[in-house]
Amino acid sequence: MAARALDRLCGTFRRCSASLRPRIPAASSHKIHESFGIPAALPTSEFVKEEPMCADDMVKVEFVTKEGEKILVEGKVGDNVMYLAQKQGVDIEGACEASLACCTCHVYVHPDFVDKFPPPVEEEDDMLDLAPFLQENSRLSCQLRLTKALCGVSFCLPLGTRNFYVDGHTPRPH
Amino acid sequence: MLGFQASQRLRPLWLSTHLRSHNSRHVTRNCCFTGVRRKLHACVVGSGPAGFYTVQHLLKNNKEIRVDLYERLPVPFGLVRFGVAPDHPDVKNVINSFTQTAHSERFTFCGNVMVGRDVMVSDLQEAYDAVVLSYGAEDDQLLRIPGEQLPGVYSARAIVGWYNGLPENKDLMPDLNVETAVVLGQGNVALDLARILLTPVDLLRKTDITGAALDAIAESKIKRIFVVGRRGPLQVAFTIKELREMVNLQGVRTVLNPSDFEGIERVLLENIPRPRRRLTELLLKSTPQGSAGCVGHREWGLLFHRSPVQILPTADGERVGGIHFQLNKLEASGDTMKAVPTGNSEDMPCGLVLRSIGYRSLPLDPDVPFDKRRGVIPNNRGRVEGRAGLYCSGWVKRGPQGVIATTMNDSFETGEAVLEDISNRSASPQAGFESIRPKLASRGVQVVSFGDWTRIDRVEQERGLKLDKPREKILDVQEMLTHASG
Repeated sequence: MAARALDRLCGTFRRCSASLRPRIPAASSHKIHESFGIPAALPTSEFVKEEPMCADDMVKVEFVTKEGEKILVEGKVGDNVMYLAQKQGVDIEGACEASLACCTCHVYVHPDFVDKFPPPVEEEDDMLDLAPFLQENSRLSCQLRLTKALCGVSFCLPLGTRNFYVDGHTPRPH
Repeated sequence: MLGFQASQRLRPLWLSTHLRSHNSRHVTRNCCFTGVRRKLHACVVGSGPAGFYTVQHLLKNNKEIRVDLYERLPVPFGLVRFGVAPDHPDVKNVINSFTQTAHSERFTFCGNVMVGRDVMVSDLQEAYDAVVLSYGAEDDQLLRIPGEQLPGVYSARAIVGWYNGLPENKDLMPDLNVETAVVLGQGNVALDLARILLTPVDLLRKTDITGAALDAIAESKIKRIFVVGRRGPLQVAFTIKELREMVNLQGVRTVLNPSDFEGIERVLLENIPRPRRRLTELLLKSTPQGSAGCVGHREWGLLFHRSPVQILPTADGERVGGIHFQLNKLEASGDTMKAVPTGNSEDMPCGLVLRSIGYRSLPLDPDVPFDKRRGVIPNNRGRVEGRAGLYCSGWVKRGPQGVIATTMNDSFETGEAVLEDISNRSASPQAGFESIRPKLASRGVQVVSFGDWTRIDRVEQERGLKLDKPREKILDVQEMLTHASG
């Protein structure tokens, strides 16, 4: 499972600009997987490009925190949304480090943009089923990568705690 | 203002302490204005996910606070190390972020200290502004039926502890020289057990399962495992990832009885929550009429509507020979479905019984309130009822269930409560671990620091390297302590 998740990440990454290529050996996904090792940590830098290549590469992204605060950041085409958020100081955990083994990076995608992402794979859906406050627009941010079509996308962080429902109401997922 | 600031700064420490105790609100406000730092000191008891996420929240959201983390064992991470199945290494990646938290200069790990024995909660409350209990659920629920004490009946918790290298379970060595095993309970721990016992041993070799467990599982004669629940397919507690792993387990056939699923398709048409729907659809696909599932010489299955009423002995009375089940039907009871006896019963032969009907927290210290019925510390959003400065998080707060995201949210909630109270309350500067250390020294306790743990960690990883696995865990506390001291 980790191998497949990693492969997907690397697949996107391999399409990135030539200047970044030396970081990842030009090899089969299998070899890339081996070179990282399992379950090695994936450093943020591998998935968030340091500097914008050009304006065309830039994607404006908004994160809405639990408190309703809006954080505007500039990402790049190919960026992994979870690592982008973490790099920009947005409070998203990523306990399993993008290996599809937890749901701590759960976000709500703005309804206008839900269909602009490839649909979740089975493993992501399986993990989403465990996410507190699951909604129809729920995704794991570690599985989302920026494309040009996503300019202006907004991600909302779920309310983490139960105390939102002061009447003791248990939210039912859709 | 400036003059006041200066005089406050020059005031001897003993005087400001004295003032605080007399006029707390005033002095707290002055502290904010003058920049005089009141050292906040909190401690957390138990270094599993609840403990570490609480620490993380405190350190991240208050730049003044120091946090000490007490752990009963010389090694950190609780159930991430001792509970998560060895074939789920990705789940353990969270250790990296916990380790990052542990490297904060405002953090101290105090391993090999048993709160409630080496130091009492009241001692901690004297030494800290806030004490958070996150020591989890170390005991397991009993069936309370005749025959439960027979050799061959094990608690799931003990088996999990055994293959994950929990020191107290290292000598368990369950007898796997049987063909049929029954797991009582239908949660994720039950499926973890079934999967580990049926996974081809060559796949387990590459995990951090203990060498002793690996040898025992390699010699295992187990051919079939039944995972039994008192209610029906719509009430199973396990989640879809774990079910999918069972259905796809190499060389293992899934055996489900189609009659258990009669009428289920109709339920799926109703508005049931998505996780339950997807789980039930996978169950349906895995019945003989369905398409999922592997072929193999070994098998596993789910049995429903059965409550064990007696563990039956073998003819010689020496060990487990089977289980006497009462058959149930379901009756609606409020929001849930309740199992009620039909009057029929059934005997099922088996050589191994694994009791997996839930974990249970225990009281830590007679001084701490404890709700024996619910098995939790009575609390309000993490604040222990009737005890200012005392908090709880994780399983001991809300009961032994939920995934890591649940525990994370819950720990952040407790962390928030601590920070709210600490900023509204003033107290004299607390010495924290420095005032606890002499007590521990006088009892001869060797405190293990996080640096000491990294030495243990290195030894385990080096041993693992030779065996082509991530680590070979050290099973003996004394041996851990030897490596800890370098």
